[in-house]
Amino acid sequence: MPLEPSVPALELDGVSFAYRGGPPALEDVSLRVEQGAFLGIAGPNGGGKTTLLRLALGLERPVRGTVRVFGLAPGARARGAPRIAYVAQRAQLASGTPVTVRETVETGRLAVRGPFGPLRADDRRAVEQAIDRVGLADRAGAPLRTLSGGMQQRAFIARALAAEPALLALDEPTTGVDATAQESLAQLLSGLQNELGVTILYVSHEFGAVEHVVSRLVLVRGRIVFDGDPAALPAIWHDPSHAH
Amino acid sequence: MLELEFMRLALAVGVVVGILAPAVGFFLVERRQALVGDGLGHVAFAGVAAGYLIGVEPVLTALVFAVVGGLAIEWLRTRGGAAGDQALALVFYTGIALGVVLVSSAGRLDVNLFQFLFGSILTVTWSDFWLVLALGLGSLAAIAALYRGLVGAVLDEEGSRVAGVRVGLLNTTVAVLAALTIGISMRVVGILLIAALMALPVLAAQRVAWSLRSTLGLAMAIGVVSVVAGLVLSYYGDLAPGGTIVLIAAGAFVVAALVGARPLLR
Repeated sequence: MPLEPSVPALELDGVSFAYRGGPPALEDVSLRVEQGAFLGIAGPNGGGKTTLLRLALGLERPVRGTVRVFGLAPGARARGAPRIAYVAQRAQLASGTPVTVRETVETGRLAVRGPFGPLRADDRRAVEQAIDRVGLADRAGAPLRTLSGGMQQRAFIARALAAEPALLALDEPTTGVDATAQESLAQLLSGLQNELGVTILYVSHEFGAVEHVVSRLVLVRGRIVFDGDPAALPAIWHDPSHAH
Repeated sequence: MLELEFMRLALAVGVVVGILAPAVGFFLVERRQALVGDGLGHVAFAGVAAGYLIGVEPVLTALVFAVVGGLAIEWLRTRGGAAGDQALALVFYTGIALGVVLVSSAGRLDVNLFQFLFGSILTVTWSDFWLVLALGLGSLAAIAALYRGLVGAVLDEEGSRVAGVRVGLLNTTVAVLAALTIGISMRVVGILLIAALMALPVLAAQRVAWSLRSTLGLAMAIGVVSVVAGLVLSYYGDLAPGGTIVLIAAGAFVVAALVGARPLLR
């Protein structure tokens, strides 16, 4: 299904959400993200930024309002629809088994090939390309748990890339990663956006590392309290945890 | 030993179960649901009791009960609003309570019941063997065909869901495979010990393996060696086969933990 450039990658219209029995996590959020954008989603812990991402990915359903991803309801399995890849917080991806980088990235091909049967030659090529792109070619056979936090994050991004996604969503990818690796990750993502035209949704409570590469920044605190060019962000808001 | 038909049958059934139990257990352990086998074992116990009560082959009713129990755990976990351990507790205790009620109603709290609780591999018949072989090969074929999908779903359930993979169907497949494994393994190590044969070889393999595939391969190898060594040892030492098999698997974990130079408990 060819993508109409005018169709937004993500569109939220009047979305409200509350976890079962809890107070509202998000209220009346409207957001339109064009294809190819690099959107930073920041805000304090508990502000609703991860919830916003989960709504966009179809992992949660809004109480009110509508969510559309490339014009479709999240989770709709239309044949040929643009693929979406999600990199969850690293702690959720920990495994007790010594999974190698290559084995991790291979699971990304599920989005393309489905769950049946072995990988084909073109799948294997895509896997090696994704590993190479994130700079882990020499560590492809190494178990993930022997790598640094930054390298593990790169492996998870390679898995997402192996799906050849039109939209890449990352939740707190720099948690537990040192400043150098954060900067390196920002450059990697910026390159992906420029070279592959991937739409990127980047959730972080510490957005300093990507502030200079995102094309648009959204601050979330139960609702959207800032939406625009990161350069236009008032200086006092550079600390997203402060009480706006 | 091999001149005795019951030992040849026991070894043949044991090899199938020794391969299958860790292969299915691998996905449960990876999902941090190592005790699901235990819960399903207790549901299978209710199935055995129901078989006695209605006069049907207990292995068949145990299979049906275990499959229903596996589906119930999966439903409670994903849609019933119960966390994994809560879903397990609900099914676990309901199963054992139902089993006790049914078995007392049937008036069969006797030595035959103990065969299912603790295993009776030396009484395996040819019809048992063919059932185990057919279900075992079918289950292994399903794992081989769906290997990539099952691995993706256990390593990153939400990521797979977002990618459009039918994770619910894959999780249900694992639940059904676990239930079938319980059903056909009852005669080997017994309802009370089958979960150990699903989990211990995997835990041992994790300590020394270098990849996902090597973990699965080593786990199946440890499972087979544990069953065969356990049967041989129990034959010559006049020991209970089920318990001996599981103790050898536990020993394999200790050896692997020492070889792997990792802490015993993480």
